[in-house]
This record gives sequence, structure tokens and C-alpha cells, in this order.
Amino acid sequence: MVEFKEDVSIVLGGAAGQGIQTVEEILTRVLKLSGYNVYANKEYMSRVRGGINTTEIRVSSKKVRAFVRRIDILIPFKRGVLPWVEKRLTENTVVLGEKENVEEEYLSRVNFVEVPLNEMAKEVGSPLYLNTIAAGVVVGLFHGDFEALEEYLRKRFGSKGEEVVLKNIEAARKGYELGVKLCEEGTIGIEVKRDENVKKEILLSGTEAVALGAVAGGMNFLSFYPMSPSTGVAVFSAQHAEDFEIIVEQVEDEIAAINMALGAWFAGARGMVTTSGGGFALMSEALSLAGMAENPVVIHLAQRPGPATGLPTRTMQGDLNLVLYSGHGEFPRIVLAPGSIEEAFYLTAEAFNLADKYQVPVIILTDQYFVDTYYNLPELDLSKIKVEKYIVESDEDYKRYKLTEDGISPRSIPGYGKGVVVANGNEHDEWGDITEDEELSRLMQEKRAIKKLETIRKNAMMPELVGREDAKYVIVAWGSTYHVIREALEVLNREDVAFLHFKWVYPLPEKVEGLLEGKVIIDIEQNVTAQFAELLKKEFGLEIHHKILKYDGRPFSVEEILDALKGVLE
Amino acid sequence: MISPLIFEPERPGSKDIAWCPGCGNFGIRNILRSAFAELNLRPQDVVIISGIGQAAKMPHYINVNGYHTLHGRSIPIATAVKAANPSLTVIAEGGDGDMYAEGGNHLLHAIRRNPDITVLVHDNQIYGLTKGQASPTTMLGMKTPTQPWGVFEEPFNPIALAIALDASFVARTFMGYFKESVEIIKKAIQHKGLAIVDIFHPCVSFNKVNTYEWYREHTYWMKDHNPYDREEAFKRAIESDPLPLGVFYIHEKPTFEEQVPAYKRDKTPLWRRKSKLEEIGKILEAKRTF
Ligand SMILES: Cc1ncc(C[n+]2csc(CCOP(=O)(O)OP(=O)(O)O)c2C)c(N)n1
Ligand code: SF4
Repeated sequence: MVEFKEDVSIVLGGAAGQGIQTVEEILTRVLKLSGYNVYANKEYMSRVRGGINTTEIRVSSKKVRAFVRRIDILIPFKRGVLPWVEKRLTENTVVLGEKENVEEEYLSRVNFVEVPLNEMAKEVGSPLYLNTIAAGVVVGLFHGDFEALEEYLRKRFGSKGEEVVLKNIEAARKGYELGVKLCEEGTIGIEVKRDENVKKEILLSGTEAVALGAVAGGMNFLSFYPMSPSTGVAVFSAQHAEDFEIIVEQVEDEIAAINMALGAWFAGARGMVTTSGGGFALMSEALSLAGMAENPVVIHLAQRPGPATGLPTRTMQGDLNLVLYSGHGEFPRIVLAPGSIEEAFYLTAEAFNLADKYQVPVIILTDQYFVDTYYNLPELDLSKIKVEKYIVESDEDYKRYKLTEDGISPRSIPGYGKGVVVANGNEHDEWGDITEDEELSRLMQEKRAIKKLETIRKNAMMPELVGREDAKYVIVAWGSTYHVIREALEVLNREDVAFLHFKWVYPLPEKVEGLLEGKVIIDIEQNVTAQFAELLKKEFGLEIHHKILKYDGRPFSVEEILDALKGVLE
Repeated sequence: MISPLIFEPERPGSKDIAWCPGCGNFGIRNILRSAFAELNLRPQDVVIISGIGQAAKMPHYINVNGYHTLHGRSIPIATAVKAANPSLTVIAEGGDGDMYAEGGNHLLHAIRRNPDITVLVHDNQIYGLTKGQASPTTMLGMKTPTQPWGVFEEPFNPIALAIALDASFVARTFMGYFKESVEIIKKAIQHKGLAIVDIFHPCVSFNKVNTYEWYREHTYWMKDHNPYDREEAFKRAIESDPLPLGVFYIHEKPTFEEQVPAYKRDKTPLWRRKSKLEEIGKILEAKRTF
């Protein structure tokens, strides 16, 4: 008998097109409705059929939000899955499934529980029911809420007719009964606490959080060109475009996408583009225009490994330098990188106020790991959302680029007021007309690249401190690694290690230096050259003592961070 | 009718005009001012989004809203301005290099998208601002500093291309014919949907072939042409010498702004709208169950 307590990691593996996604969806929703905390994340190949894709689902007594390497229960839908996840198998791993899907050499290493899924599916009437049976087995192992499962299947297959619904319910029941039996006869033991409150919670993904956050922040214009892993935000927005009464347009290329977003802002709307590194590369020309014309814009960049097409469906934090330094000429920008799904929602909403207020590009950096992650959370507080608009009415002598102390010129828009608005990507005078005047050229450069930047820096958000201020060691990290590091720290349980998480990556507030001075700094990033460490060095002259880096396209796991930290600390 | 003088900018920077004396751009500016005035437009309600080039400097010399953007990018920006606020009269303006070379892809897709904007192409058949390189419409055989052997690429035929793609409104004029040009620009602005006007104008500094006289001698006005007949329009479009002027083609069809979900129920411009928190609330509620 193999027993799992408190926290079980279930991995489903199979070919693209085999329906793992369906099982994942059923399991996360039904287990959550049964009162279990759930977390899910997937990894997939850049192909539409075949290959091997896997999904990790954690089911836990406590809230879990991070990827773990270990696999407790593995369900392979084809041969090749076990070698693919080889490093993640432990001596406790239970493999549930068909014998034909498990290579010989693994039988001695894992606890194999043969489940005749195919045969059961045939009994129900078609091999198509395999997925539902597999989902039923897992729900059964947890003694999950069968009614919830039934209801879910009704919703999901309702459009296909009563016959299909009933067959699926029958398949689910067969699976469920088998799952319960496996526990009762003592093959597998599972002890995870349920929590009534969880049943009512929200299951949300990183993608959805960014899209909903954007709409909450007033986004009403989204232009994009499809590119993994950023497309999900466009898909979600398009599917709700009618409810939100917004424009979502798939355009001819990324160049058009960002230029359209600039046009939308110029006319007073709130525009966003969603893209990945390769698409952002094409946008750098218009980024400079945004800088020069002081045109607000919000860019969501979901990172994947590069250079070029790199690993299209995998994860990395390799585009920090791209967003920090792209564009010709000098101009400020704001770079944000949410660490949690909740944060992605609030921060994306806030990005629109920031863009509006400072009239600069605001870039939200996520990555494949982040957008494809989801878990249950109690709620999102919509009353916390503040949509701040800074558009002013123009008078007859309106000056779009009025020189001001803080570097911010009041922004009007065409058609609002008595004046006209002239914006310009050429160097300009206060009215927006072209100038080559020495003095004005200098003043305008200073306005944008110094005064405005300093105004932004003064108002920048501080990083979140996890742990004690007087800890000897400080971990610094940004974006999506937040929860993995937090969980590793909980396991590590040392008071002398603190963690600074940067969701506001640039420009860094001056006070950050004080938090890091005299500490042993450990930088954790998913890239080859420690780009954020470089930034800290550049901004504050800080020496980074240890770097924990990962760049194989896979996310950090809790175990990996823990091992690496132990290596550094001891 | 209001006076074209209200379109004369009073800003200090608009006094020093960067166009060469004798350039056709001046004529286009006067044509535009008259067209705006005759249409009774208010400066606040017109927006010119221009690219880069001598032609693209127009927003500085005329009193309307303007955005002088990037080489080739005026069309996507103009598209979004119109979409964000359909009550504005939106014009995308640039040279033949701007619109047909660097911005070629955007033009193609704007025709498909059909926003209700007017695209004005100052077609001097040369690159002006960068001093006389060949443009996509430069004639075969013309020698330039960068094509010293003479241009051998087939010139681009914007009119034929636009008709082939079933553009909503396609016209050509020569700025030397003031009244006719004003009429064509007025029609283009009033047309619902994407209107493309290719405007011949001499570049006195760099194009010694296509002069004022040349355009007079090598063009003619189409008479009794039915712009609703696409095949007929296409036949006219591929005539090469003399080149026809006038409205080649009109195809009324739904515009981009008419079709986006944003304006199905509500016509308020996007900037006056509130974010739909209640809709977000509904979606979040649904996420509690399935
Ligand atoms: C991305 C980019 N490439 C090149 C240029 C240089 N450039 C400026 S104007 C121009 C061509 C202008 O020709 P046209 O569009 O025909 O306008 P004209 O000056 O003749 O009115 C070029 C190539 C630029 N500004 N930006
Ligand atoms: S370069 Fe040619 S087109 Fe440009 S302003 Fe001078 S004459 Fe006119």
C-alpha cells in the first residue's frame, strides 16, 4: 500500500490531441467542488498532434500554488510518458493505467496499478470514454463529490445530446467506483483534508487573470498577432468581447498591433497588446514612438525561451533585457511582473492607470509557466480596482508637450475641448510641432528621460518582503517564481533567510538599496545571464553573491529551489 | 460654408514650412483646407495621422488634430483612432514610399478591414525627404542616385491593386487640378469605408521626369465612368498612358467600426466608457462552479 498525505501531485501524460486537457479540466473543477485545494500547470510540445504533453495537478489540504518535481500518481495515456518524466519519478510514485503504456524497465521502479481503462471504455460503448473513466478513477481515489462530477459532465457534453451525457456519466461512475475500490482494498491510501470554504472559491488561470485585470483596468481595445504563450489573453478577451463591449482585433503583424494600440490611446481609449518575445521584437520601433510621443500603451509579454523561435511552448524569464533596453533613443518605461494570479489581476488593472498617468509604455512580463498555471483562490476584490483617468479638456492654445517640473504634460485627446492635439514622433516644441532648436531639443530629452523617469521612480512600488528584515540572506526574484520560492522557504524554515519579490521591476525605487545593503544576496532567475542581478548591479552597484539560474525551458520546482538554496546556505 | 482660414495654424512651429518652394505639397494643403471647409468640419473633429516623409509633415501646417508617427505606420494608427472614437474624421496621410513600400502590408490589410478612414497618398513617384531614391511608383528606366542603372522593377499600380482587393473607394487625382481634387477629397472623406486617393504631385527637387507639365500631358479625366462596375474600373486602372483621373471604384460595405462588438449596443466612444466590472464579477462568479 502506498499512502499520500496532505498533498498529492498527480501527473497525466499523453499525446497532444489525446484529451489530457479534458481530464485536467474535469479533475481540477470537480476536486475543488469537493472541497480540495487544487493547483494545475501543464507542459506541452510545439505540435498539434502526437508528442508528449503532461499536466501536473496538486490536490492539497492547504493552499498550493507551486510546481513540484515529484510525481505521486502518474497516469500515462501512451508509451513514452515514463521515460519523458523519468527524473520526476520517486520510489513512491504510483503509476495507474494500462500495462501497454508502461515500458518494461519501469515496472520494478514504480508501484504499478493496472487499470484496464480501454476495456472499461469499450464496455461503455466506445474508446472515446477513456478520458472520462480516468477522471472518474482519480475523483474516486479522493472520494470526491460524484454529483459535482455528474453535473460537470452534463454541462460539458450537454450540447452533444442526452445519449452522450448519459454514457459519460456511466463511464465516470465506472471509473469512480474503481477509484474508491483501490482505496478500500488498500492499494492506494490518500489522506487530504477537505475544506468547505474551498468549494465556493474561484478557479482562475494566469491568462484569465491578465485578461480580466486588463478589462477591469479599463482596457477596451486589444490588438494582437497570435504567438504562444500570449495568445490565451486574446482568446479569452475575444470570447468575452461582446459582454465587455470592447474591440479585440487580430491584425496583420505585431507592428500593426502596437501601432493600433498607440492610436487607441491617442484617441483616449485604453489599448493593450498581448505578445511574446519574438512579437515584442517587432514592436520595438513603435515602443520608441510611444517614448517620443509620450503615448501611453500597455503591453503584455508572455515570455518563452528564445532567441528567435526558441522553444515556443516552454518557459523562461529571458526577455527582461529586451523590455528594459529595446527601442532606439532614450525614454522611460515601466516594467511589471506579477508573482501570483491575484497579483496579475490587480497589477494588470493598475498598469492602465500608470500608462495614463505617466504617458509611457507599461510592460507586464509573464511567462508560459505563469499563464498556464491555475489554482483556487477565495475571491478577487473588485472594489480595490480604481480606474484613474488623466485626460484633460483642451483649451484653444493647448500644448501637448508643455514643459513641467515633474516631466508630465497634461494630455488631451482629439475632439475633447476647444483646442487641437498635435502629437509627434519627431523632436518637437511644446505644441507638438517639429523642432531642431538646440535648447528645446535638450529640454525635451531631459523632460522625458530624466524628469519623468525620476517622477516614476519616486512613485514606484516596493518589493514584497517575505521573512525578517534583519535576515542575513536575502533572495531576490521577480515575476512567476514567487510561489515556488515561497514554498521552498516554508520547507527550509530558516529565520536568517528572507525573500524580496519584485513585481515592479523597473524603474526600481531608491529604497530598495537599503533593503539589500550588507546582505548576502541570492538571485533566483530563469535565464542564463542573471539579467535582474545585472539590473541591481547597474542601478545600485550591488554585488550579487549567489545566482540560482535555470534555463532548460522548464519551470523551477520547489525541490530544485530547496536543493539549490541548501547548497548556497551551507 | 466656413472659411478655409480656420484651418490655418497659428502655432509658432507651423510658420516655418519645410517643403521646397514650388512643391506640389503646398497645393495639396490648400486642397485639403478647402475640402474641410466645404464639408463644414471643425478643426477639433478632424485628425490627420501621418507617417514619415515630406508629405507626412502635413499635420504641422494645417489646423486640425495631428499625429506625426513613423514611416509606414499611419494606417494602423488611424484605424485605431477611428475605432476608438468614430465621431472623428480620420485621415491617414503619407508619401508613396510611406504608404506603398514601408506601409504596404498595412495598406493591404486595411483594405480587408475597411475602417472608415481616408488614405491620402502624396504620389510624387520618388522619395523626397531622403533625397531622391526610387519609390515603388517610380517609372521604369528612371535613373536616381541609388538606381544609377535606371529602375528596372515594375512600378506598383496602387489603383489596380486596391480594386483587385475590392477596396471600398478608389480614386486618383493630380493636385494641379484644384477644384476637381477638392471634389474628390470631399467624396473620399464622405465615403463610408476605407477611401484611398492617390494624389499625383510633382517633386520639383528630385523628380525631373514627372513635372507639372508631364502630369497634365499624361493624364485625363474619366468621363461616363461607372465606379460601381468593378471590371470596368479595373480596365481603367491598368491603362498606362495617359493615366485616368477620377473616382475609379466604389463598393459600399460595412465598416470595421460597424462590425466590432464594442458598438453593437452602445455608440459611446471608447474613451468615455467605464470598465465593465459587473461583467467581470459575473465571470468570476461562474468560476466558482465550473
Ligand atoms: C523605418 C524608417 N526607415 C527609413 C526612414 C527614412 N525615410 C524617411 S522618409 C523616407 C521616404 C519618403 O518618401 P515618401 O514616403 O515617398 O515621402 P516624400 O518625402 O516623398 O513625401 C524614408 C525612406 C525612416 N524615417 N524610418
Ligand atoms: S523634396 Fe520634393 S516632394 Fe519633398 S518638399 Fe521638396 S519638392 Fe516637395
